[in-house]
Amino acid sequence: MKAMKKWMRLVALLAVLGVVAASCGSDEESAGADCEAGETDGDLAFFNWSEYMDPDLITAFQDEFGVTVTEDFYPSNEEMFAKVSAGGTGYDVIVPSDYMISILVSEGMILELQKDAIPNHVNVSDKFNDPPFDPGSVHTLAYQWGTTGIGVDLGVTGPDVPLTWGLLFDADLAEEYGLSGRISLLDDPRETVGAALKYLGYSLNSTSADELAEAEAVIADAVSRVAAFDSDQYSELVVAGETIVGHGYSGNFLWDFEEGESEYTYFVPDEGGTKWVDGMAILVDAPHPCTAHAFINFLLDAENGAQLTNYNWYASPNAASEQYIDQEVLDNQIIYPSQATMDRLEFIEDTGDFEIEYTDALTRARG
Amino acid sequence: MAVDAPTRSPGDGPPVLEGTSEVATPGLEREAERAKARQGFLLGLPTIVYLLLFFVIPLGFVVAYSFATRTRSGRTELRDFNLDAYARLGDDIVMTVAWRSLWMAVVATLICLVLAYPLAYYISTRSPMVRNLMLVGVMIPFWSNFLIRTYAWRVLLDSDGLVTQAFEFIGLGDGRILFTSNAVILGLVYGYLPFMVLPLYAAIERIDWSLVEGARDLYASGWSAFRRVVWPLSRPGVIAGSILVFVPSFGAYVTPAILGGNKEGLLGSYIVLQFLSARNGPVGSAVSVVVLAVMLVATLVYFRSGGKNL
Repeated sequence: MKAMKKWMRLVALLAVLGVVAASCGSDEESAGADCEAGETDGDLAFFNWSEYMDPDLITAFQDEFGVTVTEDFYPSNEEMFAKVSAGGTGYDVIVPSDYMISILVSEGMILELQKDAIPNHVNVSDKFNDPPFDPGSVHTLAYQWGTTGIGVDLGVTGPDVPLTWGLLFDADLAEEYGLSGRISLLDDPRETVGAALKYLGYSLNSTSADELAEAEAVIADAVSRVAAFDSDQYSELVVAGETIVGHGYSGNFLWDFEEGESEYTYFVPDEGGTKWVDGMAILVDAPHPCTAHAFINFLLDAENGAQLTNYNWYASPNAASEQYIDQEVLDNQIIYPSQATMDRLEFIEDTGDFEIEYTDALTRARG
Repeated sequence: MAVDAPTRSPGDGPPVLEGTSEVATPGLEREAERAKARQGFLLGLPTIVYLLLFFVIPLGFVVAYSFATRTRSGRTELRDFNLDAYARLGDDIVMTVAWRSLWMAVVATLICLVLAYPLAYYISTRSPMVRNLMLVGVMIPFWSNFLIRTYAWRVLLDSDGLVTQAFEFIGLGDGRILFTSNAVILGLVYGYLPFMVLPLYAAIERIDWSLVEGARDLYASGWSAFRRVVWPLSRPGVIAGSILVFVPSFGAYVTPAILGGNKEGLLGSYIVLQFLSARNGPVGSAVSVVVLAVMLVATLVYFRSGGKNL
């Protein structure tokens, strides 16, 4: 029986060594391969928000470069972070938002982009170059931007609804418009707690424990009237008649409203709300950094950028794309809000140590 | 359930199972036994390695993570091992979630048992041909993916859904149950019913019906014959089925997320929430470890108590 014990020990040892070796491998500092413009080094793994990419663009990229693109999707920045922070995910390109970009940069999780491999970086509008969350646009280039607000089925509420976050949080308004059990909130700590903070008249980047506690109470009170916390299907739920008001992103609502039979609207509440920019970034442990650069360059092409906006109805940060974007999209104030609306909007910023308080507040509030 | 299979671990001393007199040829006998044991081990090796690599070691990571430190950005780092995560388990919210999960799992298990028992009884008393057809029928749902079937329920249960309209038609008022705990229980019962039917069927089918005849001959009423003969003899199936339904219901994630609207957390969703949204690996791991331990103990106790009849 001794021999068998030895066997077992050997197997266990090998297994442990294997795991250790595997985990060490992923810690290796990627030296940031030197890529030429248009150079590819294998198939691309793309980790993106759900319902955010035109499948035709993926096909076009595959055809042009002879590589295969694998897409995976996430519903919130936090979920994306949780998955990539372990390392070794095999993803090349991710699309984090503003504040998450700061976090990823400070954690050293995304590469400095090689601008010479992305000649189209000059297409990005000045407004989106050198953003506060990534000074000098060293690590990211803007993908799309938009706002977060409320989508409403006007067929149920009637045409005049108050433009307030109260539609999501206020018991009296819920009573008046019959919204109880017909509300969805984003399953996203910064957005949902941020909306409650705005409703209370605070900044959505508040780092005051008292203000956050108030916001948490507002959400906790609303939970009994909320049908679902959902970051994927909020617009489908409104159009299906399952919810009447939904908290979500401008483009997705517009997209799905086209399908519905009722009258709908999307608005950013008068209290103000979130504007956001998502940037394209390459993970430090990306297996195919050159294909990743080629992909970012491809999406920043003037016509491709326009095709993306014409498809997903989020605003384009690509200055060169404007001439190719459909006029009805450019004229749509939901996609390109007026200056008056823009003035009421805030970017979500990295709150540093306080970041975790937001996620904990939402976790507690939903009970 | 292979729990009672004769097992022999290394170092048990001289094997006596074969009942041979080892005094006669001790050396040869032992050598043959060893060769046999080695053969068995080699045959089992792939599975042992598999379980070690993909079950034991990951489980070790979960345990290690539960004592780890969470950084300000929400990464989990394996240093400064501490009990903070376990301290959080006493929080009201964790308790609420745990009780709610327990309650839902118990209700789902009981409903499954009540629904499955008559069906299993019926199936096992049919002719072999009919029996096999009905068993295939029970298993047909497994041919399509659980996620897709759960989404299908969402369509049935939504405001314009068939179920909702039927409820309203027969006058049960506002039949809206999507995104309520009733929808979650319905989804659980639907999803795990076959796991209750199959072991029950296996147990009932094995019953020697002459025992029931005997009971009736001794003037037992039908109910009494059931209560004192059939039910005790089918107990192993009841226990196995209950465990197969209770365990996954207790940790359910997909069903509450899709049919319950991702609120009113159950333990499964709470753990996922900790990992993906709250980015709190240590707390998520600690909850997992405790759930695992509780389940293990409960299952052992359950088996022990039913063991006499197994």
